[in-house]
Amino acid sequence: MSKKITETKIEANDLCVYYGAKQALHRISIDLFEREVTAFIGPSGCGKSTFLRSINRMNDLVPTARVTGNLYIDGVDIYHSSVDVVELRKRVGMVFQKSTPFPKSIYDNVAFGPRLNGITDRTELDRIVEESLINAALFDEVKDRLDSSAMGLSGGQQQRLCIARAVAVNPSILLMDEPCSALDPISTAKVEELILELKKQYTIVIVTHNMQQAARVSEYTAFFYMGHLVEYDKTRKIFTNPSKKETEDYVTGRFG
Amino acid sequence: MSTKRLIGIFAIGAATVAVIAIAGLVFSTMGTFLVKGLPNITWQLLSEAPRNNNTEGGIFPAIYGTTLLVLVMSILGVPIGTITAIYLNEYTRAGAVMPRVIRFAVNTLAGVPSIVFGLFGLGFFVQFLGVGLDKTFGNTEAIWAKPALLWASATLAALTLPVVIVSVEEALKNVPQEMREGSLALGATRWQTIWKIVLPNSTTGILTGSILAIGRSAGEVAPILFTGVVYSLPQLPDGISSQFMHLGYHLFVLSTQSPDVDKTLPLQYATTLVLLMLTFTLNFAATFIRSRIRSKQFR
Repeated sequence: MSKKITETKIEANDLCVYYGAKQALHRISIDLFEREVTAFIGPSGCGKSTFLRSINRMNDLVPTARVTGNLYIDGVDIYHSSVDVVELRKRVGMVFQKSTPFPKSIYDNVAFGPRLNGITDRTELDRIVEESLINAALFDEVKDRLDSSAMGLSGGQQQRLCIARAVAVNPSILLMDEPCSALDPISTAKVEELILELKKQYTIVIVTHNMQQAARVSEYTAFFYMGHLVEYDKTRKIFTNPSKKETEDYVTGRFG
Repeated sequence: MSTKRLIGIFAIGAATVAVIAIAGLVFSTMGTFLVKGLPNITWQLLSEAPRNNNTEGGIFPAIYGTTLLVLVMSILGVPIGTITAIYLNEYTRAGAVMPRVIRFAVNTLAGVPSIVFGLFGLGFFVQFLGVGLDKTFGNTEAIWAKPALLWASATLAALTLPVVIVSVEEALKNVPQEMREGSLALGATRWQTIWKIVLPNSTTGILTGSILAIGRSAGEVAPILFTGVVYSLPQLPDGISSQFMHLGYHLFVLSTQSPDVDKTLPLQYATTLVLLMLTFTLNFAATFIRSRIRSKQFR
């Protein structure tokens, strides 16, 4: 088996997150690799979403949240006081569990991010919108109705629209928080196919409750439990021959 | 028959009586003014100025003054109310000291009798701001330091601020948190998120707030009594420093200050009906818009 050379994109070092007095993450240290899909699995409340949301500092929105330790993206500590959160979020895109298209047209949804970056030239915007929709495997379905409301799309289309919206600002990392939990199997399959396509360009971190999904789309898997990172390894290893008892119990469905 | 059943029958009976009483009150009031007022609503009434010591002619200057008053009030009050609501809902965390102080102030403001607002307007706007403005501009005669449309509007704006704040806040709360997160995650600043996502989805709420404020204030007389309204004016107000006539105050003048009150009765009924229609229409519009916001947009 030839070993692919991978580079670290995201590096956490003793990262702890607290919500008020409650500690949600305990000293997480992990290296996530560039242009790979890493899946976070674990039972509800295990901290996987908290960790995901600390990568683009969405936890800053929670008034009582407090972070200690370090988190590096491309070697830069994103919790350093000199880091501009707004710039950070432009480089770290996020797709949420509940698809959240803005009540605007499909075109305006995708163009939202580029416009924030000051792009007003219509041909340039047209190009970005088309490219992003193609990247999100949605273009063929919506090309004739770019000006109609995004609220009229199906759940699966809305989620792919959110992906298009995220890639339109040209991030290098895509965070996905249970992107398929509200989708039917066909839409799920489409999004999974899309993830495999997107990993050629983006570093993807996906939180999922679906073991099969983690096995299908990810190269690496991290198992979280009670705020601790229990095990992190190649996905195949985690699912066939985990080193920790808790991991084995979880992936074989004995608890969780 | 069991006691439970008896209590049930009694409760239904009491509720029916209450409903009939309230409906009866509304319909008899409206009915009286409709029957006695409608025949007196003529083109002359709506388009002409009062003549002969308010016993003849129309009420056009009062309609004009009332409209202008609520318009200027909205221009002054809605932005301030909206900004306050944005601050409370978007920039502060629940339980912090500042929002609690502001909320307490808003609630207190809502409970202050309107005549007190009138006195406040006279003391603060007319005698403090007005005098200050005249001094600053070196006016020899009082231009701002007298009751004026601007000061009456400002006083009404203060009176209706709680209505605007509450409606706008409700609309802001209606915007799902995920929508804000979606915008922030794309690298929008907090203000960009408010400006491009939150506010466009709250315009109906802001509109409702303004209409409710107008509906609430269109008939208020006490706050404008000392701050701008007059008994009678030979010409229409020509600017925000002018005084003006007002439907509510005109009604008071017609019914108490006229040399021949009986002669003005048809005018009184007609004026009341115009005022009622104005406030009712505005309230219905607000209710309609509000029910529309609830039903559409976000699944």
